Amino acid sequence: MSAKSSLLAAAAAFAITIVAAPVLADNGPSDAEIAHIAYTAGALDVTAAKQALAKSHNAEVRSFAEVMVRDHDAVNDQALALVKKLGVTPADNATSQALSKQASATHDRLAKLDGAAFDRAYAQNEAAYHQAVNGALKTTLIPSADNGELKSLLETGLTLFGEHQQHAEQLAKKL
Amino acid sequence: MRLGVPQIALAVLLLSSPPAVAAPQTHVVVIDKMKFGAVPASVRVGDRILWVNKDMFRHTATAKDGSFNVDLPPGAKGTSIVRKAGALLVNCRYHPAMRATLKVSA
Repeated sequence: MSAKSSLLAAAAAFAITIVAAPVLADNGPSDAEIAHIAYTAGALDVTAAKQALAKSHNAEVRSFAEVMVRDHDAVNDQALALVKKLGVTPADNATSQALSKQASATHDRLAKLDGAAFDRAYAQNEAAYHQAVNGALKTTLIPSADNGELKSLLETGLTLFGEHQQHAEQLAKKL
Repeated sequence: MRLGVPQIALAVLLLSSPPAVAAPQTHVVVIDKMKFGAVPASVRVGDRILWVNKDMFRHTATAKDGSFNVDLPPGAKGTSIVRKAGALLVNCRYHPAMRATLKVSA
């Protein structure tokens, strides 16, 4: 499978995971579920970045991974502060679980790779993952959010994920 | 009162004092929500740019020509001096898709 088609396949898998999960049916997820999904999406990307920092020797890959850890930790800190302020308890749901399951499979797949093969797979997966989360933010999470502050934080998240996606695509092209 | 030649000459000199001798200005560029905000319309060589990071993310203001690289943790400010006329391309090292272009005149 070519790099491009494996990237597309990964993006499609994520898209199906996010869109098809039952929690998104009918009226869309509640704010408590949205908060959980958004937090989970960020935390999973931090975990993926830590795997890259443990395995990769490529300076650009490491620098990208450091940015992922810092940015997603920053936005998740804000998310935690917001749910505390609003008195909302993030609610686990099928979408969060599907994301975690998929990320765990990716983690295991990447664990078997080393060197340039790992770097390429990590960067491609990052591009696909951010693209899929962007899609979910745009089509489901942001439109379904009732609280204005949560919606605004998700919009910042969308801008962040959008930039990360471009960054990952550029990185993947170079590797 | 009739103005003599020296007074008129002085008045002309004051009114037509060329902008090139104007004191350097400080222009503010705000970074927020993963974007460089509006850049000043008129920047001259010698002016300062005060970069203000209002975002929750760490950024940099890095000149493509290498003339400055300002690290901007969340909430931080930093200044750079514009040294050269022309289009000055600036981006964030951590977020390469964040870009700004300053048009600098001599």
